[in-house]
Amino acid sequence: MADPFLSIQHVRKSFGATTVVEDFNLDVERGEFVSFLGPSGCGKTTVLRMVAGFEEPSAGKIVVGGKDITRLKPNQRNVGMVFQAYALFPNLTVAQNIGFGLKVAGMPRADIDARVAEMLGIIKLPQMADRYPYQLSGGQQQRIALARAIAPKPKLLLLDEPLSALDAKVRVSLREEIRSIQKKLGITTIFVTHDQEEALSISDRIAVMYGGKAEQVGTPFEIYNRPATKFVANFVGTLNVLEGTVTDAASGKVQVNTQEVLLKGKLNGSKSGDTLSLALRPEAISLGRQPGRDSSLTGEISEVHFLGSVIRVRVGIGGNMVSLDTFNNSATPPPAVGEKAEISFSSGDMLVLH
Amino acid sequence: MKGGRFWAWVVFALGAAYFFIPLIATVEFSMRMRRGAYSLDAYKVVLGDARFQATFGYSVLAAIFTIILGVLIVVPAAYWIRLRLPQLRPVVEFITLLPLVIPAIVIVFGYIRMYGSNSPLPFLATDTGTNALLVIGYATLALPYMYRAVDTGLRTIDVRTLTEAAQILGAGWSTIITRVILPNVLIAVLSGAFLTFAIVIGEFTMASLLNRPAFGPYLQNIGANRAYEPAALAIIAFAITWGCMSLIQILSRFAPKSANRPN
Repeated sequence: MADPFLSIQHVRKSFGATTVVEDFNLDVERGEFVSFLGPSGCGKTTVLRMVAGFEEPSAGKIVVGGKDITRLKPNQRNVGMVFQAYALFPNLTVAQNIGFGLKVAGMPRADIDARVAEMLGIIKLPQMADRYPYQLSGGQQQRIALARAIAPKPKLLLLDEPLSALDAKVRVSLREEIRSIQKKLGITTIFVTHDQEEALSISDRIAVMYGGKAEQVGTPFEIYNRPATKFVANFVGTLNVLEGTVTDAASGKVQVNTQEVLLKGKLNGSKSGDTLSLALRPEAISLGRQPGRDSSLTGEISEVHFLGSVIRVRVGIGGNMVSLDTFNNSATPPPAVGEKAEISFSSGDMLVLH
Repeated sequence: MKGGRFWAWVVFALGAAYFFIPLIATVEFSMRMRRGAYSLDAYKVVLGDARFQATFGYSVLAAIFTIILGVLIVVPAAYWIRLRLPQLRPVVEFITLLPLVIPAIVIVFGYIRMYGSNSPLPFLATDTGTNALLVIGYATLALPYMYRAVDTGLRTIDVRTLTEAAQILGAGWSTIITRVILPNVLIAVLSGAFLTFAIVIGEFTMASLLNRPAFGPYLQNIGANRAYEPAALAIIAFAITWGCMSLIQILSRFAPKSANRPN
């Protein structure tokens, strides 16, 4: 593999006695879109702020394009950043905001005007040049903030939860626009979010963070389908977790409540009598026995939620609760609470969490 | 409900009477210089007096230097405290309130002891030094007003994020303060400046004890020796103060607006 464009190496950050980032490592390729995903307080924004230069790492180094930038000031890094709170300068017009970085860099006036017009075209707001930030909606302000960040052609674009303050509809359209602009310009981008749908939908790779560490780094497909840890499995997507006991490690037999499931080749390192957490995505489970599904469990329907095109059913299996969605079929009424029900799944879809 | 409104108007009328009756009486008295007729003679005498022009000019100049000194000290200090040392805010607020608690006479006697002609820093040995000391003293007196005005202005903007946004776009500290922070708190700075101006114009204690030809001692001198002119001077001083307050109100309409504060 060629040298990565951005390399975060063994970075640690402590505030007094509290360590918020621990031995964080990540390599990002040129033009890649990488998301930091995790709950509040997991350290994702702190890592981003260290890349921006607003925080200095307690240990480790950050390399961009082969140059160590760990101790450089933020204004010497040539990095663009979009903030959650937009951070447009209230006293400047849209055009002046976008041209701010160019003016600071000493670019001639005519070149600034041309670049500002180009940026306004890219974000599809060409008529807004003379407006002030307070005259714009949240979505428009964030687009201007994006234009301002990319106008000076930064090496790296950092997005710190840029969609969090927007309403749901704008959030979806703007995230697609961000991704499309990023692809068009080929700019290496780090995107911080706590919204898994956002991260899964627009990232080349995702670093799932927890407790100041990267729990797993991988493509959205890998993160969702092959979570490396229990935290990743629980945090990304909806997951049904069943507690089971290994009854025969050699043949892969696991007991869930009083029923047996066969998990061939998935019990590496486990021995008979061990307790395991088994996880299944809702979409991997069917109500009733279905062809191609080699395993089944029986329980009792405890909740039924009619959501229009989909019916969400929760089935109790001993002390475990399994949630699954079935499509609404007008010829078949939804199951009733209290009914006995069989759920089926493919044992290959069952994840064993350690 | 109607009764409540009636009593509100009564209280308002009493307050207005308490405020306006002495003012009207002073205006009326200031216009009785000419026997048997109302005239502006007292104003003519005051405005035509060379000492009025000299002392007023001196105090205006002292106010301008005080405002410059106050802005240079307070704006960077209040900005830095908001940005990097928020834990120090209560301490700094307490310090800026001290001039309201410690009488000006105590401060000026302190200055005379500290900066006399025999001290290592003999400010009082020359006229320029004494003038500078007076401006420093005025800046101290105006500190509670200037600091609060600027701090309130900084509170209306997200200082940290705006600073970081400017930094990441390549701006250094001087660019950040002059092109991002100051324009957004300019109205607050001007409010502090006009309050400072109003304080300096009428200040007596420091100017008198430092023996400076300022407007405050002139007011006192006229008041002790004349009948109608002090009333005219009081009205002129009052008009200047109100003019400053009106300017604050007018300028605040031009404050940069933010999405959170659109009107």
